[in-house]
Amino acid sequence: MDYLKAFLCGGILCAIGQILIDKTQLTPARILTGYVVSGVLLGAVGVYQPIADWGGAGATVPLTGFGFALAKGVKKSVEEKGWLGVFTGGLTATAGGIAAAVIFGALMALLFRPGDKR
Amino acid sequence: MSNKRIGQRTIQLGSSPAILSCANIGGKLEKQGPLAGCFDELHEDSFFGEKTWEKAESRMQQKVVQSALDKAKLHAGDLDYIFAGDLLNQCIGSSFGLRDFNIPFFGLYGACSTMGESLALAAMTIDGGFADKAAAVTSSHYCTAERQYRMPVPYGNQRAPTAQWTATAAGCCILGREGNGPYVTHITCGKIVDKGITDVNNMGAAMAPAAYDSISAFLQDTKTKPTDFDLILTGDLGELGHSIVQGFFERDGVDMSKNYLDCGMLLYDRKKQDMHAGGSGCGCSAAVLCGYLLPGLRAGKWRRILFAPTGALLSPTSSFQGESIPGVCHAVCISAEK
Repeated sequence: MDYLKAFLCGGILCAIGQILIDKTQLTPARILTGYVVSGVLLGAVGVYQPIADWGGAGATVPLTGFGFALAKGVKKSVEEKGWLGVFTGGLTATAGGIAAAVIFGALMALLFRPGDKR
Repeated sequence: MSNKRIGQRTIQLGSSPAILSCANIGGKLEKQGPLAGCFDELHEDSFFGEKTWEKAESRMQQKVVQSALDKAKLHAGDLDYIFAGDLLNQCIGSSFGLRDFNIPFFGLYGACSTMGESLALAAMTIDGGFADKAAAVTSSHYCTAERQYRMPVPYGNQRAPTAQWTATAAGCCILGREGNGPYVTHITCGKIVDKGITDVNNMGAAMAPAAYDSISAFLQDTKTKPTDFDLILTGDLGELGHSIVQGFFERDGVDMSKNYLDCGMLLYDRKKQDMHAGGSGCGCSAAVLCGYLLPGLRAGKWRRILFAPTGALLSPTSSFQGESIPGVCHAVCISAEK
């Protein structure tokens, strides 16, 4: 059942992205950053937590989940350190994800040659 | 006023330089397209055996020039000039591809109109008595264009439905003072036309005004109408740009519906190949010219065509700065007889 919920949640988020690509003039870069910002905003107002509770990885893996992690991190850090937390909180919470992206990206670039789609 | 100029801005090449030979090359999607039989060489490997796609594009230029030389039974040393350009920053596709030929080199930038520009300049140089033989070459490559204009292909960017596919193709023509046809008879150099369109997903609409400007100037200056030609072709306006041009001419009472085609719509089967809005890139019009149009003229399929590729003169920087897209269209009349 968890799998089904994760699948539906992630799938809906991706479907929204596809609709934005097909029906609007938004570039992929704008859609991606829009997702992060949406995650931050929805996380900040407390709407994203229930979505994450229901959808599990289907909510935390898409980029909205990254924005949500940023928002959660800032909230936590502000509680602990006050104003400094506004600057340190986001990166601290997402440090693992960012480091993983950089390290695995570099590893893949070393191991594999770039190819094209078709 | 010089006696080679007719009308407002068209020139008539009195000596009608001959296209001695032409060659083209394409990639995987060109191989799957309706004009696959019109290519001298087709490679499934987008690297063309090289380490990077940029080297692959240079290799494509080098191959088509060599192939055109072989077909004309000439050596590189027989060419007085080579006119070349491509879509990459600083036109490295051309300079690196052609550096070993040691031919006096004029590098050009006309975006997707470069085949028209290079052909025009090569013909003018010969007609003006400055050269006996000259070559015109251009190329484009899907992967290098993506890196140049958008994101590198391995990034996995998604394409919008209105996106065009940059052709992985190159074409070369060698022109000479004397020879069997086809012949370049008239040229209308394009002016930069910018109607304020900023949408990079709608290049066809951005370039259509330039196509209309050059083609209508050509028709007026030569006092001809569209049906005086067997074919009129733009480079990569796509379906929307094509219909916009037809609409402009309809307003003038000129009927462009009988024989007006677009190279980008010919090169691929848009339904079967998921091409979105159609083919684009310098190589698109170059490959169609060198593999389909010129052989067709030589074979007697057509008598006279107007080849008018269009280019969008934007850069990634100008787009980011919110600028509109200026277009240019170079119209070249090619005839089977002098």
